[in-house]
Amino acid sequence: MSRIERCFEALRENGKKGLIPFVTAGDPVSDITVPLMHAMVEAGADLIELGIPFSDPMADGPVIQKANQRALAHNTSLHDVLEMVKQFRQTDEMTPVLFMGYLNPVEAMGYEEFADAAKLSGVDGLLLVDLPPEEASEFNELLYQRDIDPVYLLAPTSTPQRMEIVSLEARGFVYYVSIRGVTGSAALDYGEIKASISEIRQHTNLPVGVGFGINSPERAVKIGEFADAVVIGSAIVKMMEGFDGDKSSVIKAVSDFLRGVRNALDAETHPIVG
Amino acid sequence: MSAYSMPDKNGHFGRFGGVFVAETLMRPLQELTQAYKKYMQDPDFLKELDDDLKYYVGRPSPLYFAAGLSREYGSQIYLKREDLNHTGAHKINNTIGQALLAKRLGKTRIIAETGAGQHGVATATVAARLGLECVVYMGADDIVRQAPNVYRMKLLGASVVAVESGSRTLKDALNEAMRDWVTNVEDTFYIIGTVAGPHPYPAMVRDFQSVIGREARQQILEQAGCLPDALVACVGGGSNAIGLFYPFIDDEAVSMYGVEAAGNGLDTGQHAAPLCKGRVGVLHGNRTYLMEDANGQIIETHSISAGLDYPGVGPEHAWLKDIGRANYVAISNDEAMAGFHDITRLEGIIPALESSHAIAYARKLAPELGKDGIMIVNLSGRGDKDIQTIANIDGVEI
Repeated sequence: MSRIERCFEALRENGKKGLIPFVTAGDPVSDITVPLMHAMVEAGADLIELGIPFSDPMADGPVIQKANQRALAHNTSLHDVLEMVKQFRQTDEMTPVLFMGYLNPVEAMGYEEFADAAKLSGVDGLLLVDLPPEEASEFNELLYQRDIDPVYLLAPTSTPQRMEIVSLEARGFVYYVSIRGVTGSAALDYGEIKASISEIRQHTNLPVGVGFGINSPERAVKIGEFADAVVIGSAIVKMMEGFDGDKSSVIKAVSDFLRGVRNALDAETHPIVG
Repeated sequence: MSAYSMPDKNGHFGRFGGVFVAETLMRPLQELTQAYKKYMQDPDFLKELDDDLKYYVGRPSPLYFAAGLSREYGSQIYLKREDLNHTGAHKINNTIGQALLAKRLGKTRIIAETGAGQHGVATATVAARLGLECVVYMGADDIVRQAPNVYRMKLLGASVVAVESGSRTLKDALNEAMRDWVTNVEDTFYIIGTVAGPHPYPAMVRDFQSVIGREARQQILEQAGCLPDALVACVGGGSNAIGLFYPFIDDEAVSMYGVEAAGNGLDTGQHAAPLCKGRVGVLHGNRTYLMEDANGQIIETHSISAGLDYPGVGPEHAWLKDIGRANYVAISNDEAMAGFHDITRLEGIIPALESSHAIAYARKLAPELGKDGIMIVNLSGRGDKDIQTIANIDGVEI
């Protein structure tokens, strides 16, 4: 069983919703990422989503685009990001780490070399925005063999056939994109999200996480009514924008925000009484 | 030997091409693939397309025997005059086709990316004619170096959005157009200007552009009485080149030369020649040759020609390179400038800087073909848009 599966099983047993913060690795500086990951776990994160910087992040809005540029300004490479996870694992054996990014840096490293290195570093899942399941079957075999979960997006435009294809290839959880748009866009249509998630559940038994556009405890709670986990990206990444060299104050700001979301989620959910 | 039939049903040209996009775009791309297949066999659609190409674009474009250039370079040079199309380049062959598709699909809004501005102008033109809203994404740096085209697009009623992210050139404009499409996918049709992007774009744009090669093949048979020995065309994304090459692919005796931009030189790193110097990777929805660093980050390209300044290339060119059907070569900024002046002076034709790369390669190829050898050079666009750039390079104040 992978760390991601164990994580969602524990959430289910405790009647809790998963909280998944996203940060871009190496943003704004290299040595903030590992302490930030630990602090986010401390503040209540169940799973960490770590962005692999890419020069052309096509599915991201301006906030995460800038994060990619900041991380690339000092050449954060996929090797560096793997090294960060290895460091994180020295003191955290429990919390799953999901890589999110684009195919080309992985392709440049080579699928097998990446899969081996990811396993060795303690990476648990991989979400490549521009690698749909149709193009991924060979790569997925390498990931399955190493207990690394390929995580796939489903979107408001996904047809039942696509839900079926994703459910066959995906492991760990399914990531529902709550909007038509790029990361960090504004309005959410809760009715559509609720309907889509119940449709997704007819195709897969995997947990469903929801992201893109969740930027407050209120929205997280609302989404938590239908989803198993919420992903929060741009709202956290935005806190890096004003970075003035003081790592501890940025880490504290992120932690405070996440703790607020955690408390709000927990207040709304009711543990199963055994 | 069986006839060439690429791509496969999933948009692959061997290991190249494919569909590498975010989930949100998978359904719209499948719908587009179905619509394009359907309408390319629909007599009414094809009739409307043909009529537009004839009466609005001005096709067929002439195949012109360039006597002066032939004498100077030393072989028989024919120019396919795409510069004489409405809007001044081959780009409109494709935008006419895609806009008619958009109309059939009931889309009310058109978006496009542009580098030199030729595709943007060609898109704004057809959008104006069909009464569709039009938004064109253009790198902030390109907006500066192609100011006349920006003004043309605005006159035609398009909004031009300056893209400030990344390297602020064509690749970033493409990223931004993709982001727009993801956001407005229900009412918006994305007209990609080259044979790159996810399936079906590389095949669809090729099919719309292959009118160039179909005409040229017939014209050369009429005028020279035989097929040419060689075809020459510049390659940025590669749409004018594939448009010329495609109808000749099964004519094995016809060699093909795609000319990339060597910028300041292939060994300087300052160029835009992924087929000559790049590595295989995935960008903008397809697998192809790319300009990238060892970590898979896309690197900045350089060419005096904004239309060639792109780090990727259409996947079919990658395939034609790998199977050895086409040759890919590169021409430097300086060589292109020499080609520009040659054709201007000897033929009275002011070519686009993009097309000047093809002219410059014709000079290199001529001695190999000999004085009886026949080549068709695709004169993909006219040079009006480049006059300021030319003057700057030549140190002339206008």
